Amino acid sequence: MDAFDWNVINRSFVYLFKEGMTFTLTLTGLAAVGGIVFGTLLAMMRLSSFKWLSLVATGYVNLMRSIPLLLVIFWFYFLVPYIGAWMTGASRPIQVGAIASSVITFTMFEAAYYSEIMRAGIQSIPRGQVWAGYALGLDYWQTMAKIVLPQAFRNMLPILLTQTIILFQDTSLVYVLSITDFLGAASKVAQRDGRLVEMYLFAALVYFVVSFGLSLLVKRLQQKIAIVR
Amino acid sequence: MKYNWNWGILWQTSADGHNTWFMTLIHGLGWTLVTALCAGVIAILLGSIIGVIRTTPSKWAVRFGNAYVELFRNIPLLVQLFLWYFVLPEVVPKALGDLLKSMAPPWGSFVPAVIGLGLFTSARVAEQVRAGIQALARGQGMAGTALGLTLPQTYRYVLLPMAYRIVMPPLTSETMNLIKNTSVALTIGLVELTAAGRSMQEYTFQVFEAFTAATVIYIIVNLTVVNLMRWFEKRIAVPGFIGPSVTGGAH
Repeated sequence: MDAFDWNVINRSFVYLFKEGMTFTLTLTGLAAVGGIVFGTLLAMMRLSSFKWLSLVATGYVNLMRSIPLLLVIFWFYFLVPYIGAWMTGASRPIQVGAIASSVITFTMFEAAYYSEIMRAGIQSIPRGQVWAGYALGLDYWQTMAKIVLPQAFRNMLPILLTQTIILFQDTSLVYVLSITDFLGAASKVAQRDGRLVEMYLFAALVYFVVSFGLSLLVKRLQQKIAIVR
Repeated sequence: MKYNWNWGILWQTSADGHNTWFMTLIHGLGWTLVTALCAGVIAILLGSIIGVIRTTPSKWAVRFGNAYVELFRNIPLLVQLFLWYFVLPEVVPKALGDLLKSMAPPWGSFVPAVIGLGLFTSARVAEQVRAGIQALARGQGMAGTALGLTLPQTYRYVLLPMAYRIVMPPLTSETMNLIKNTSVALTIGLVELTAAGRSMQEYTFQVFEAFTAATVIYIIVNLTVVNLMRWFEKRIAVPGFIGPSVTGGAH
């Protein structure tokens, strides 16, 4: 075995972070925002009194949660062009590209998980508050937007952030679409220079530092919120 | 926009020349289940040990347990599998490394996948077991001591029997996660269910039939596991203490 060549990290540092990590963080951010918005809507659908609305949401969430993320990535990679064609009325599947497809995939997939968190958050608000809202003459959307959701978000913030850390780690799976995310970049350098050991250990270290650091922050936030209550 | 549906493809001969595509998927399912089972055994054993030592009075052991859990929880599973598959054979003594690299397929992917998934899941099991033990009334451990039991005996006869019952629901969802997570092993060449669906899609171009079939199989597995675990949970429930918590779906 050759000696280790840690210099490979220096040489590829800019590429790893400027290309790879930027994409990983962008994907995490977009999917987190999209997932929380769509997930909240799903949670509201699930808790709605329209039976079939709640059935559709339940079915969607359970479906997403019973199949592996990798299969979902493959599904959307091939499905999105057809949906796009159907929506735009095009006669053949439209070209979407791996990056757009990955954003859509992670948004749709994480929405199922965020929706479970938001459902718990909404249910943690006493029903009386909703009735109070109605008694004041607010409609459903106003009650949700002004009374229920702000509190639900606040209560669930640490869990939503923890789920986002999991999302950050999950984005490494876009590797299967040959996208240059952080792991993809590390893997490309590793293959090119024949430095698998150094690159994969470094990638593991970076993921660990980011995830662990964020989880410490979430823990502190949790304590802060707990004290205010 | 047109897509030519052809469900008959499932019964046509697959790329290997003698089985049908359906059987290809079933073989994939077999690897998914075997991998999950082997990794599950590692996860339960190691996870229980780590979970227990995180509740012991020894500060040093608790620190070790915490570090273990944080280490395996904060690195993506895919990266962990790469470490076991690409990095491990290079950093162990050369003879062992060559042995690891020369394992015939599918064992060359299977062994790192089982180790990787087993350790990854063990950290999660450890977290559940710790939570289960700490959910018990503190007096139970003290009662054990008062009865003259040693610390290991207290765990064996007092704490663990109840703690395991408490953590059954989260363990059910961990089991489901483990089964789903085996799909990540396709990146190191294990042809489990998702990879089988993917190869069917690549050879036949019947994208949606392949993925639908794989999805349906996953859902069937999911329902089976959830119901088995629920049945098991009811069977081992202590009457009057913790009722069988009937939870829907894999939570």
